[in-house]
Amino acid sequence: MLNPQLVMYEEELRQIQAIADKLQQDSRSKTILLVDKNGQLVASAGNHRDLDTTSLSSLVAGNVAATGGIAKLLQEDEFAALFHEGKGISIHISLVGRRIILVVLFDKNTTQGLVRLRVRKACIDLTRIFDELAAKAAMPQENNPFDEITDEDIDNLFND
Amino acid sequence: MSFINYSSREINCKLVYYGPGLCGKTTNLQYIYDKTRPEAKGKMISLATETERTLFFDFLPLSLGEIRGFKTRFHLYTVPGQVFYDASRKLILKGVDGVCFVADSQAERMEANIESLDNLRLNLQEQGYELDKIPYVIQYNKRDLPSAVSVKELSEVCNPTGVPEFEGIAVTGVGVFDTLKALAKQVLAELRKGTS
Repeated sequence: MLNPQLVMYEEELRQIQAIADKLQQDSRSKTILLVDKNGQLVASAGNHRDLDTTSLSSLVAGNVAATGGIAKLLQEDEFAALFHEGKGISIHISLVGRRIILVVLFDKNTTQGLVRLRVRKACIDLTRIFDELAAKAAMPQENNPFDEITDEDIDNLFND
Repeated sequence: MSFINYSSREINCKLVYYGPGLCGKTTNLQYIYDKTRPEAKGKMISLATETERTLFFDFLPLSLGEIRGFKTRFHLYTVPGQVFYDASRKLILKGVDGVCFVADSQAERMEANIESLDNLRLNLQEQGYELDKIPYVIQYNKRDLPSAVSVKELSEVCNPTGVPEFEGIAVTGVGVFDTLKALAKQVLAELRKGTS
């Protein structure tokens, strides 16, 4: 399959979270989001309680997909980073590997240069973890909890 | 493809509503949004033109409850139906777990249905999917309109493989949840088959 299922485990999420927390502090940014290219939020760090992260993730993924479409039309491999500059908040969006989108929201407390610098470092570490995750997910699961799903379980979801 | 998070015990799946322009894809999502409990839904986002035609996509996140201790979340998307937005449609199909084709029952839209179905099949192929192998349902929308052709006729044209099909009047909600449930069930059943 071209686009294998993304699976997240406790250990890897802990490592990813640690990198996101560190990136948020080192870059002096407000919020870090890690989003699957399909628009699913994978992890977040910093101040995100007031944000609609579900909607943001979906729109960022749409944005990255559209940019990827533009790259393809221009016969460019990809645009690895996107930058949106606002009066208060700016957004730096970059690709980790080819599967994950790293979103950094920042304000005047930092600079785009610092954000880019710290993002580059974090990307290397994140790429390694997501590569390991992909390899792990590709291996057959011994205890796939979904093997046990019955038709009744599925029907029960729709009972109300 | 679905995202399984063992850490937070969540399953996230992506469903896409496809179909010709003005067939009622956005109306389906709008009805689902209106009738879903506030705690089970997120914000509905519509990237539309000034005349309220879908420009890029509509998006609606839904939580359906737990299954075997995993929270199930569905992200519903629509595509822009107008023919010239094909590049956008391709993007939205990326990572899809299940497709609902919304056909317009009106006789004069039959050709548009066929064109859109061919386009769906082709765009899925470009992403490495086979329409016949993924969770897939059809809704015949606008059953209340005077020029609606018979379901039998629609079925012959739009549903040669006999996937689950539903009659709909999306503006009043007829068939909307039946269609969604049937698709969600197929997607969950697919998870059971394996994660590859």
